[in-house]
Amino acid sequence: MKAIVCVKQVPDTSGVVAVKEDGTMDRAAMATITNHDDLAAVEAALRIKDATGCKVVVVSMGPPPAEGMLRELLAMGADEAVLVSAREFGGSDTYATSQILAAAIKKIGVDDDDIVFCGRQAIDGDTAQVGPQIAEKLGMPQVSYVAEINVEGKAVTVKRLLEDGYMTIKVQTPCLLTCVKELNDARYMSVGGIMECYQKPLEVYNYETLKDDPLIDVTTIGLKGSPTNVYKSFSPPVKGAGMMMEGADKATVEKLVSILNDKHII
Amino acid sequence: MDLHLSKEQEMLRKMYRDFAENEVKPLAEWVDENEAFPEETVKKMAKLGMMGIYFPKEYGGAGADVLSYVMAVEEMSKVCGTTGVIISAHTSLCCAPIYENGTEEQKQKYLPKLCSGEWIGAFGLTEPGAGTDAQGQQTTAVKDENGNWVLNGSKIFITNAGYANVFVIFAITGISTDKRGRKKKEISAFIVERTDPGFSVGKHEKKMGIKGSSTCELIMEDCVIPADRLLGKQGKGFGIAMKTLDGGRIGIASQALGLAEGAIEETIKYTKERVQFGKRISQFQNTQFQLADMHAKTEAAKWLVYSAAMKKQNHEPYTMDAAMAKLFAAETASDVTRRCVQLFGGYGYTREYPVERMMRDAKITEIYEGTSEVQRMVISANLGVN
Amino acid sequence: MAFNSSDTAAFKGVWVFCEQREGVIMSTSYQLLSEGRKLANDLGVELCGVVLGKDIKEDYLKALGGYGADKVYYCNHELLDVYTTDAYTKVICDLVEDKKPEIFLIGATNIGRDLGPRCAARLHTGLTADCTHLDVDVAKYKEFLKTTSTIDVDNTVFEENTNLKMTRPAFGGHLMATIICPRFRPQMSTVRPGVMQTQPYDEAGAAKTVIENVDVKLDKSDIHVEVLEVKKAAKKLVDLIGADVVVSVGRGISKDVEGGIKLAEELASVLGGVVGSSRACVDAGWIGADHQVGQTGKTVHPRIYVALGISGAIQHLAGMQDSECIIAVNKNESAPIFDVASYGIVGDLYKVTPMLIEAIRAAKAAK
Repeated sequence: MKAIVCVKQVPDTSGVVAVKEDGTMDRAAMATITNHDDLAAVEAALRIKDATGCKVVVVSMGPPPAEGMLRELLAMGADEAVLVSAREFGGSDTYATSQILAAAIKKIGVDDDDIVFCGRQAIDGDTAQVGPQIAEKLGMPQVSYVAEINVEGKAVTVKRLLEDGYMTIKVQTPCLLTCVKELNDARYMSVGGIMECYQKPLEVYNYETLKDDPLIDVTTIGLKGSPTNVYKSFSPPVKGAGMMMEGADKATVEKLVSILNDKHII
Repeated sequence: MDLHLSKEQEMLRKMYRDFAENEVKPLAEWVDENEAFPEETVKKMAKLGMMGIYFPKEYGGAGADVLSYVMAVEEMSKVCGTTGVIISAHTSLCCAPIYENGTEEQKQKYLPKLCSGEWIGAFGLTEPGAGTDAQGQQTTAVKDENGNWVLNGSKIFITNAGYANVFVIFAITGISTDKRGRKKKEISAFIVERTDPGFSVGKHEKKMGIKGSSTCELIMEDCVIPADRLLGKQGKGFGIAMKTLDGGRIGIASQALGLAEGAIEETIKYTKERVQFGKRISQFQNTQFQLADMHAKTEAAKWLVYSAAMKKQNHEPYTMDAAMAKLFAAETASDVTRRCVQLFGGYGYTREYPVERMMRDAKITEIYEGTSEVQRMVISANLGVN
Repeated sequence: MAFNSSDTAAFKGVWVFCEQREGVIMSTSYQLLSEGRKLANDLGVELCGVVLGKDIKEDYLKALGGYGADKVYYCNHELLDVYTTDAYTKVICDLVEDKKPEIFLIGATNIGRDLGPRCAARLHTGLTADCTHLDVDVAKYKEFLKTTSTIDVDNTVFEENTNLKMTRPAFGGHLMATIICPRFRPQMSTVRPGVMQTQPYDEAGAAKTVIENVDVKLDKSDIHVEVLEVKKAAKKLVDLIGADVVVSVGRGISKDVEGGIKLAEELASVLGGVVGSSRACVDAGWIGADHQVGQTGKTVHPRIYVALGISGAIQHLAGMQDSECIIAVNKNESAPIFDVASYGIVGDLYKVTPMLIEAIRAAKAAK
């Protein structure tokens, strides 16, 4: 058995966001982090490894610097890493990305007791689409929004979150699970893990590596192969400044309430 | 000298920072207020390999280097001085002397448990009458008819004592007479376990800072330990103690460095938010110059500390380097934290902000594991000034 | 003839997936139908609702017409009672391949966001997630941009076509992107719950609704998962989206979490609202995730939004900045929340909030 985990390196939008003059995000100027939901997926896989000794393979599509993130995941305890990186893959939307990642996962090899893990969604796109689309391309069942996992042989029982509750779902391997951050608290890299991570295997899959897979077709990958395109992108206007109240005492509060009262807001 | 961190060291720094920020910082105030030893944090650090960072894997260590260890103490101390010294005392004062002086059997017996954090280590040299003057020891160790050692005496101000399982203890094993007929105490080092008969942990000290660190008295009343607990050769204890303290000083210097860096970080954040006379106080030149001075001094301390660590790693002589690092880092920490409290003004004196705690924590770095005066003695002696 | 998603001319009509849970249509469906109606009108085509379920009440199906649907495709089958990806994807893809709609809208619920991508991948078409605005008409799109963007609309060239222009926040709301799917059909979009406004219910429309029963081809062997249990959360979850007033707490309550939440609850009860929170509080475990407002939480536009100790990360702003009146209390005068606040007070929330509660009580008592 093995666990294959799809991971994305994303700009850290929680801090200061650098925007270029043309209004697009300056990714180069921003710190990158491992996507939160994906970390939960890695942790879920590592816990299965702790319990069963299975192998954990992490796979990421991205530019060469994403190797740094993969090394960190190896330092957390993953066994092997695959970086899917090629100019031909650039500009892919979720559909095209799922084609490429599905081809990469096929190349890694899926046995009938394997589980593919993804994060629910990435914080830069928030689409939650790539996981289910990979599952479709691999022809395997999916469960998304997974908040609890129990593996017994080839039977996987999961808790899937709904807005107002949850479903308990049983699924057979091979299957794909998309994990929410609430699933677990990802472990830290360990000192020993860090000392070993550069000795662990990290393979780069480029266009040449994957091109024989029927999923890898110039009409379905990259910017040109993506069904969706950006028509316009723009920044929201800065909202006009409101009224800053002076002071923070009783008089201030009373003044505010009287304004609200006069305007029939309260 | 290569001043670049390796890829692994960069990753370690990031991991330490994440850990400190998420696991250590949220508890720092509670640890201080309640004088609570952060047991859970120690367990978490142990799981990540932080209780045996620079020892080889064959002894259960993480296989990293001394600088990687220094950075761990530094990063923890940035947010909590107590947590920093727990690692430092355990690693430098207990694991290190066993690793450097122990027999293969001793290393196999103690290091895996210490490095995994299952056991915590401590070091017992100081006595009521023997602080800076380590020769003033009173604790004795005598061989009984079965070949066991019997220890009698007490030690004070022992870091980690309340929670430690293994202690490196120094005791007088004889009196020798030198060529000129002067009598000299012959000191030896021993490994004592908490469960050994006749061994007990006494009074817990109430301190000004590093309040969560467990500082206690150790009492040995006819404490019987097997012959194989002698660490190093009989009579070589003083040398072992001094060499151990050389390493320990690098740890304490790292703690001091972290405290200074932590205080500066907090102060920069605060001065950018606090408004007086209609301006953020970071806009005042006094704030700017103070912080510039503090940062320059702290960076200088950092390079002294790192360079001592690298020399130890490379098995070069580092006694003077460790003394300089500790002297300068400790005095920097005290100076910087005091000035940070000043920049915070009234708020700095309250427990609402962490700088007053950092100031209290910093003071001890000028005192333990050799006072600043001792460091000056070591440095001047190494300069041949006597 | 085999289904070909790139034969764009063969596709006609706007569809809305009308999700049901326990036999009841979800309110998101009404929001989407209301929006879909506008698109169908602009295109001059039919609006159809698609319902998958088991023995859904006819009244419920008819009601979809009250929100704009001309027709309802009703897929009634035992295996469609409870949602499974496999069953729903098969039935929907079969229907799409048969009827060929040009636009297909799905609510971005936890189920819609599972179903949408799987269907889009199978149909070989694009899907845009979590849209907050939709247009087919370029003139209307330009009007939209005039109020919501910094683009100089009058001096910008726009390609004239009736492709669906799907606008969504990107990078946590720092940017807005309008996405199109020009080469494939249907043009699929998931739409955030709470964003589109539900139009008033139209009795006459409901009466006219055509219900078409779909011949569902589904077998147990099509489904590779087994739903063991569906459970509703024990505690009542807070209804942020429907709330008139939201009082939210942020990291500023860290000094005294319980006290801070209590103050927010008290203020909310005085104003007749509910308690929301920033992501920081949810991440710290101080408050349940159902309270979270923002990009990864809920989008709200209440009449009054009070932000207590919230610095105003862009992700949070994305979920609340369209509130009618925003009142912010924060210690830090340079907190970004003040950039969107209608009224701001720089001060300690523990001191200001009790005074605010008292003053509002007094003002209400005086009426």
